[in-house]
Amino acid sequence: MKFSIERAALLKAVAQAQSVVERRNTIPILANVLIEAEGDQVSLRATDLDIEVVDIAPAKVERAGATTISAVTLHEIVRKLPDGALVTLTDDGATGRLTVEAGRSNFTLATLPKADFPIMASAEYEANFACPAPVLRRLFDKSKFAISTEETRYYLNGVYMHVADAEGRQVLRCVATDGHRLARIDADLPDGAANMPGVIVPRKTVGELRKLLDDDDSQIAVSVSETKVRFAAPGITLTSKVIDGTFPDYSRVIPGGNTRKLEVDASEFAQAVDRVATVSSERSRAVKLTLGDDKLVLSVNAPDSGAAEEELAVAYSDDALDIGFNAKYLLEIASQVDRENAVFLFNSSGDPTLMREGNDASAVYVVMPMRV
Amino acid sequence: MPALCRDCLETFETGTRCPACGRPRILSHPELFSLSVAHMDCDAFYASVEKRDDPSLRDKPVIVGGGRRGVVTTACYIARIKGVRSAMPMFKALKLCPEAEVVRGRMSVYVEVSRQIRAMMEALTPAVEPLSLDEAFLDLTGTDRLHHAPPARMLAGLARRIETELGLSVSIGLSHNKFLAKIASDLDKPDGFSVIGKAETLAFLGPKPVKLIWGVGAVTREALETVGIRTFNDLRRWDKADLHARFGSGGDRLWHLARGEDYRRVSANAPVKSISNETTFGEDTTDTDILEGHIWRLAEKVTDRAKAKGIAGRVVTLKVKRHDHKILTKRLALREPTQIGDRLYHTARDLFDQVAAEGPFRLIGVGLSDLVPEAGADLSGDLLDAQADRRAGAEKAADRIKARFGKDAILKGRALR
Repeated sequence: MKFSIERAALLKAVAQAQSVVERRNTIPILANVLIEAEGDQVSLRATDLDIEVVDIAPAKVERAGATTISAVTLHEIVRKLPDGALVTLTDDGATGRLTVEAGRSNFTLATLPKADFPIMASAEYEANFACPAPVLRRLFDKSKFAISTEETRYYLNGVYMHVADAEGRQVLRCVATDGHRLARIDADLPDGAANMPGVIVPRKTVGELRKLLDDDDSQIAVSVSETKVRFAAPGITLTSKVIDGTFPDYSRVIPGGNTRKLEVDASEFAQAVDRVATVSSERSRAVKLTLGDDKLVLSVNAPDSGAAEEELAVAYSDDALDIGFNAKYLLEIASQVDRENAVFLFNSSGDPTLMREGNDASAVYVVMPMRV
Repeated sequence: MPALCRDCLETFETGTRCPACGRPRILSHPELFSLSVAHMDCDAFYASVEKRDDPSLRDKPVIVGGGRRGVVTTACYIARIKGVRSAMPMFKALKLCPEAEVVRGRMSVYVEVSRQIRAMMEALTPAVEPLSLDEAFLDLTGTDRLHHAPPARMLAGLARRIETELGLSVSIGLSHNKFLAKIASDLDKPDGFSVIGKAETLAFLGPKPVKLIWGVGAVTREALETVGIRTFNDLRRWDKADLHARFGSGGDRLWHLARGEDYRRVSANAPVKSISNETTFGEDTTDTDILEGHIWRLAEKVTDRAKAKGIAGRVVTLKVKRHDHKILTKRLALREPTQIGDRLYHTARDLFDQVAAEGPFRLIGVGLSDLVPEAGADLSGDLLDAQADRRAGAEKAADRIKARFGKDAILKGRALR
């Protein structure tokens, strides 16, 4: 195998590959990236056995072939090469070495045979559809903060992507929760997605997927089966197993009858929460919200370190209410709001609270209160 | 050289027999009357209590331990001659010493005796740090004026009092810090009194193996041996920085202990770091129903202790011992600390799922660590388990019933499995 490639194109491809590779793994081949050169392009493939990413880049191929080398080492080398360099990779097939040349730099790297590299079995996808990158970006960006990290509830360690009914209309919906807060984000159902099985997309996949979604104009080809999900952007394909588990019935969690309504400027609110939470050194900082006529008082009382209070002008005309929340959770949901005011709907100080952006029901958040 | 008669507590300058009572149990050491940190350890505590309460056992080898497949908790000195050791499986102990009398432990009696001993210790100094039922550190620094006698004399008096009033013998180590006091109490068991002075510390430790250091088990010992450290002398040849580089913060500790330096205080209320309970089964089991019953009872015991102390914990640990004695532990950090038995149970139960396939098991344990005051505990509910709050409320109500009518006044059905 021998080919030459622009440093920038190679860097982009190998960066994606090395981020999939697990830093600590016991199977040597999984630290490697599979490089295949043919025609006028090379493909770089990396996997952790749950996720597989394939990057295709244009290259000048002199001799077709394939080999595998350490993804991290190749990434480090390419990253340190000067911008605009032309990189030539040569594998003689006999010595088990790959040379990387660029300008006056010359590296020789140990390879492992291509035959040892695990290729993820392809699946029969039940649904294939195209979705604009910004739509997927919104679905996952606004839900991923609520993904659980608790291993015992593994079925919460991802975003539940499925087709749902929203007031008589079918939508593509993403839900994530850790039992303390929940995010439910809807988007118009793309053509061809109606038969899609609901899948739990693992946290790591969500992180890798995000790198495919930066281009506003690109269409992402999405394929979904019971066990796998695939996202394909031009030049790059991400395939992932989904979490084998049942996502809980979240609809019971979303309060429908909360009547006490607070409307507040989200960024003012977030800044005030952040300020008052400063005095508490505890890991779970409780912020108390005291609601009265068009007035919200945020307060923190940490016996060991101090107290803080801040008053905000808000729209509120229901019965007075005292309710406490984890400051971090409040900040996270408030920061999801970017266009209109944040609307909070409360029931009592012990019941889940709902938050949405203005009257937009396509993104709702639920957060559990804390005793204060 | 200052000397002390261990029988009549007479202090005198020199001699091999007591000038007052004429008996030969003399303790003499150049620093005898200036040392004040002690470690006291009851000799074969449980077995000695059993012999005291049942004189027919007096001249027989006695093993205290549980069940037909339990382990040796304590062996008396007669059984120890045959090679029986604590923590040895019972069948092995009985092979070594078939004529031994095996006695089921009577924990409540031991607790009571331990309480009596502690009261006697506390008459000497408020700085008593119990390590277990039968072991404690005592700091008598500055008590000379109060007692009009040096610590060594008070300690010898304590040992004599425990012997005459409770019929038990103890071993005492006296030195200038906890590390050395603990080593000293082990030097001359049973009924011993050993002293390690400041002047002799380095010479005393030098040729001793590093496994004397508490916390240096098989693994650390091997790591130390790989780099040629076997004795305290070997250890002392290492730079502090090199030890730190090789063994982390544990290396700093080794450097100090190598020189017999230990600055820990004897603290009457050493903070509790974790609370755990475990149980060994009559026979190995894979039965989830039975195991769930055990997990519940253990979770309840642990949280009862947490509630009694007014603390809560954030990290839940589940431990199981497989039939082949391999120990598996799983732990999970909760979002917020808890002292609710139901919450501990459900978390431990979830953790059990991760090891359930490894059975059959012979032991299971549940623990709570990363402890904090209870004020910060159980503040938020669970969106996905709407009943959790109600169960926690029910548990609090049950706690009030138990406080009034006794521990068995109300039980969960699960506790009977």
